[in-house]
Amino acid sequence: MAQLRLPKDSRVNPRGRVHRAAASSASTRTLRIYRFDPESAEGPRVDTFELDVSSCPMVLDALILIKGTLDSTLTFRRSCREGICGSCAMNINGLNRLACTTSMADLGGEIRIYPLPHMPVVKDLVPDLTQFYAQYALVEPWLKTRTPAPPDRERLQSKHEQERIDRPAACILCACCSTACPSYWWNGERFLGPAALLAAYRWIVDTRDEESGERLDQLEDPFRLYRCHTIMNCTDVCPKDLNPAKAIAEIKKMMVTRRY
Amino acid sequence: MSAYEFIDHSFDVVVVGAGGAGLRATLGLAEAGLSTACITKLFPTRSHTVAAQGGISAALGNMGVDDWRWHMYDTVKGSDWLGDQDAIEFMCKEAPAAVIELEHYGLPFSRTEEGLIYQRPFGGMTTEYGKGIAQRTCAAADRTGHAMLHTLYQQSIRRSATFFIEYFAIDLMMEDGVCRGVVALDLSEGKVHRFRAHATILATGGYGRAYFSCTSAHSCTGDGNAMVLRAALPLQDMEFVQFHPTGIYTAGCLITEGVRGEGGYLTNANGERFMERYAPNAKDLASRDVVSRAMTLEIREGRGCGPHRDHVDLHLEHLGREVIHERLPGIAENARIFAGVDVTQEPIPVLPTVHYNMGGIPCNRRGEVVAPRDGDPDAVVPGLLAAGEAACVSVHGANRLGSNSLLDLVIFGRETARRCAECVKPGTPHNPLPADAAELAVTRLDRLRHAAGSRPTAAIRLEMQRIMQNDAAVFRTGASLREGMERLAATFASMADVRVSDRSLIWNSDLIETLELENLLLQATATIASAEHRTESRGAHAREDFPERDDATWLKHTLVWVDPRGRARFDHRPVHLKTLTHDVESIPPKKRTY
Repeated sequence: MAQLRLPKDSRVNPRGRVHRAAASSASTRTLRIYRFDPESAEGPRVDTFELDVSSCPMVLDALILIKGTLDSTLTFRRSCREGICGSCAMNINGLNRLACTTSMADLGGEIRIYPLPHMPVVKDLVPDLTQFYAQYALVEPWLKTRTPAPPDRERLQSKHEQERIDRPAACILCACCSTACPSYWWNGERFLGPAALLAAYRWIVDTRDEESGERLDQLEDPFRLYRCHTIMNCTDVCPKDLNPAKAIAEIKKMMVTRRY
Repeated sequence: MSAYEFIDHSFDVVVVGAGGAGLRATLGLAEAGLSTACITKLFPTRSHTVAAQGGISAALGNMGVDDWRWHMYDTVKGSDWLGDQDAIEFMCKEAPAAVIELEHYGLPFSRTEEGLIYQRPFGGMTTEYGKGIAQRTCAAADRTGHAMLHTLYQQSIRRSATFFIEYFAIDLMMEDGVCRGVVALDLSEGKVHRFRAHATILATGGYGRAYFSCTSAHSCTGDGNAMVLRAALPLQDMEFVQFHPTGIYTAGCLITEGVRGEGGYLTNANGERFMERYAPNAKDLASRDVVSRAMTLEIREGRGCGPHRDHVDLHLEHLGREVIHERLPGIAENARIFAGVDVTQEPIPVLPTVHYNMGGIPCNRRGEVVAPRDGDPDAVVPGLLAAGEAACVSVHGANRLGSNSLLDLVIFGRETARRCAECVKPGTPHNPLPADAAELAVTRLDRLRHAAGSRPTAAIRLEMQRIMQNDAAVFRTGASLREGMERLAATFASMADVRVSDRSLIWNSDLIETLELENLLLQATATIASAEHRTESRGAHAREDFPERDDATWLKHTLVWVDPRGRARFDHRPVHLKTLTHDVESIPPKKRTY
């Protein structure tokens, strides 16, 4: 049988550098972290870090401790450290999640940290999300109306109507969902992926928006919407407990019902 | 310096920062037809505005009678009379229209039964000049900042605004006292860009990370403030650092004041609702400085909770699952993740935590940066504006009221754009830059990029954060501040021995963190020195050796310059006690009680 191998510069060297903190203790844990330096001829590798993580409740704390004490070249995005900015999304022990809300205690054994899957890697744990953001922009995620707004007061919306957009609007654009979706891995250029579709849904069901028909037209395409095969990884991994899979299913339902 | 090749850009206006203020400015500039670049070190929706929870204040009167004059009174009183009343009048009067505008942009506000924007009570927000409790804070559950930031970003893409994302601004380009633009480093390629502009708007946020424990994001390093100091311009009121009463014990993450707005309350180790003793009328909804001091005193007098008696408890169990689920879902989530607490069953352990910088870049109410010149305390620095937490307009004075910051962002973000639209004609040609325009930035970049000392960035940063945490805390004394200044000076000097290990150009976050640390050290110095300088207690600045407010001497803004060696020098600006129009009368200083 033919053997398919990745090109040489894409193969990950599983035995990269080893960094050990001087003192070892009962709280010493091992983290195996993907490294890639675009300026070096060396391909990607996995480095091993062993250190006392007793001061690190969350995975992000451990990454910051590594950067501060063992290897300051370790590169990752981070900002709010409380699960709302969506910067530190990465693949931790095989699942996409936010490093800042993933508890070290909940992870057994060695901790394996990789960038979000199937995105170009800029450096170490920093993926290039250009395409992801472009797809978000493609669904035109802003309020579209024809009726002029009342000049000096808000558009009315009932509590019940607001509830329909309340959760979908809470998306933090961390990209955990889209980069966990096998369909997105295969057709990332043409399938919009769960995050962008959740954003589309948020505007389609907003009672203030008056272009839901046009929004559905934009998604009426074999790839943009229908490459969702209800694999449901998106909903499984969402760190905000949102349900993009359901939003996509609702859009498909609207596509059908509007014909009859 | 020739090792660096510049990539040059020319725009009518450049905005630095893409939080609430930066995006609102960018949006306004795009609408006005000015060619605009928004330079940001974070993708816009990662900016720290995203973490604001409770809401945005505006006297809409959706949930009871309200009046912007009451809002103005509360803000002036909250500021302990250090706020400029012309700017406060402007902000409070414009607030309802600004919030309605956000709703028209599609912001997913929570709603009342009538379908109006939902409003909740917040600390220090009253009706009829302190008589009743106002419901003035417009909320999208407990993620209003998230809703606002995403809405503003969406509007910016709608207007096809030009963003330079993950670009780190290093320094301003100044020529004969005029700001000509800014120099920035592109993280993804490691190249140096010069942005030439007729106006530069700094919307770079606060510098919470000067402290060890703060609600602020890792990226809150006040880069714009530091650029201003390096341009030999002053910052204002830097001694006023707000401690939010309810940061989660140890983790430091924010628990919104909205929890108390919805009926939550604080207790000490004896289960006593101690705020009743400190603020008999407003109780748990007193202004933040008051509550933080009360909590600190309770803990200091041995009535703290837990085995170490080092925090207090915040209760919301009694609110019931439904209210928590509808209005405080994010709080329930954060308490579970960061404190292991089920808020429907047990209280959240909380502690006063650094949250907001009232001080910053001195501005007039149009957002133009001011610095005293030829005896004029309000002389404008041509070409330079600021908005948001980076700016000190000053609408918050010595203490900001909760939910006034999101308001500040949109009002003054928009105002800077309006001002630029008045002053800059689209497409006006640029004069050539002086040959050494980027000298300051490039010298700094080059020095740190090759820094081969012995102290890692993280070690110096931790040392600074601990000094600020210990010596520039909720309560201060001259002795502790002077000791802190001495220790901080040593830490500052040790930057000469910093080591940057990452020698790469692409996404060199070791270098960026070191540039940020330099920025933080300048502001930490400004803060602690200003705190030592102001020998009175006002708002968030509580001097135990000077416990009273001293209007005779100190009803004035502090201006502080910090030179490259870390030496501070001071001047002052008068507080604007006059109102902007005759719609309202000036509110004279009086004793501040809640």
